[in-house]
Amino acid sequence: MAGGGENKLKLLGMWTSPFALRVKLALSFKGLSYEYVEEDLRNKSELLLSSNPVHKKVPVLIHNGKPICESQIIVQYIDETFPGADASLLPSDPYERAVARFWAAYIDDKLLKSWLQASMGKTEEEKAEALKETFAAVANLEAAFKECSKGKPFFGGDTVGYLDVTLGGLVSWMHAGEALYGMRLFDATRSPLLDAWVDRFGSLDAAKAVLPDAGRLAEYAKKRQAEQAAAAAAN
Amino acid sequence: MAGKDDVKVLGVVVSPFAIRVRIALNMKGVSYEYMEEDLTNKSELLLSSNPIHKKVPVLIHGGKPICESLVIVQYVDEVFPGAAVLPSDPYDRAVARFWAAYVDDKMFPPMVAFLLAVTEEERAAKAEETLAAMAQLEKAFGECSGGKPFFGGDSIGYVDLALGSNLQWLETSYQMFGVALLDAVKTPLLTAWAKRFVEADAAKGVVPDTALAVEFCKKLRAR
Repeated sequence: MAGGGENKLKLLGMWTSPFALRVKLALSFKGLSYEYVEEDLRNKSELLLSSNPVHKKVPVLIHNGKPICESQIIVQYIDETFPGADASLLPSDPYERAVARFWAAYIDDKLLKSWLQASMGKTEEEKAEALKETFAAVANLEAAFKECSKGKPFFGGDTVGYLDVTLGGLVSWMHAGEALYGMRLFDATRSPLLDAWVDRFGSLDAAKAVLPDAGRLAEYAKKRQAEQAAAAAAN
Repeated sequence: MAGKDDVKVLGVVVSPFAIRVRIALNMKGVSYEYMEEDLTNKSELLLSSNPIHKKVPVLIHGGKPICESLVIVQYVDEVFPGAAVLPSDPYDRAVARFWAAYVDDKMFPPMVAFLLAVTEEERAAKAEETLAAMAQLEKAFGECSGGKPFFGGDSIGYVDLALGSNLQWLETSYQMFGVALLDAVKTPLLTAWAKRFVEADAAKGVVPDTALAVEFCKKLRAR
């Protein structure tokens, strides 16, 4: 369906945000056109503050003037509103849908949380503990990939599905993390299926169209770390 | 031997997460076998059905486990005919999902921290946080209900389940510490809604007596 007055889509995002990236991926895989607004999170736009007054965060999808917030909710909204010619992102079977939603929650609540803590933790101990938890989460996700993909290339099977998009938001950060810390989140020994999935997903045209450059992300992360260190030293 | 359509729920009587699943099943008129778990001595069935989190609730349908309360509620809504839990319009669904997530991410954690707090200071801080969340939910109720009795409109919906399943804990905060986290002056709409929620047929017998919640809280605090 072409964009016109009837189906105006606007996405408020920030180029380094894996959550905004998920929404871009969903829109890309659905072949939907939209207006993208890059937010400066240190100087949030009126539109962002009025569209997401509760959390004041990106991403926000504005569809015909109505805002939808929270990346996983937005992706499901896109899937339900724009069924499209291709397979939907969420599986059609209710049990498989429940499994997909379970692992999507796991990716944010367990994997992402420990991974962030492993690099941002305040003490070496905290970071080491978080790293252990991260690898435990990776092992669980590797098993989940096996279960969901059933031998096919994606969590969604033959085509990209909800979990591919959910995890896909983290792909460029995975590469940036490797450049920054020499640590590969999914490596060939610990999680061979996910390791292969990262390259496979990243090489899809619809993904390439929106994935940010990992080198730029790594530079951005270094800059932010330097700023934070300077601020901490000043206090 | 589990029948193809057998429904089992593993839960804890005072757990808001288990309560919401049970009310959803009642809304659909689905009969189920309920198994009360002792979280200090988890059953083999719980550990094998939810090996990742080892938590309640778990719904076991025809032998297949589903975990995470909101995932289960959506599953129940999609699989069983009867009263709809989520609205049919995708935008309304997104709004419902937003507020249910808000309850779990912004209301529940400070409420639990309040109940388990060791110092007066911490209790005061967590009360403030919880009350701020309740104030947001009061506004949300105004928007979602459109003047009707529930977040879901004429009958209980997704957000009603998410918030309503916490009522015994909000009441416990008052009984144990004299702090009304559900405050009739600050959140009048929610206060009136709460009375309607616990009176609803589907909720009867599932929302537990506050006495049970108080006992559970005392035990947790003693550990």
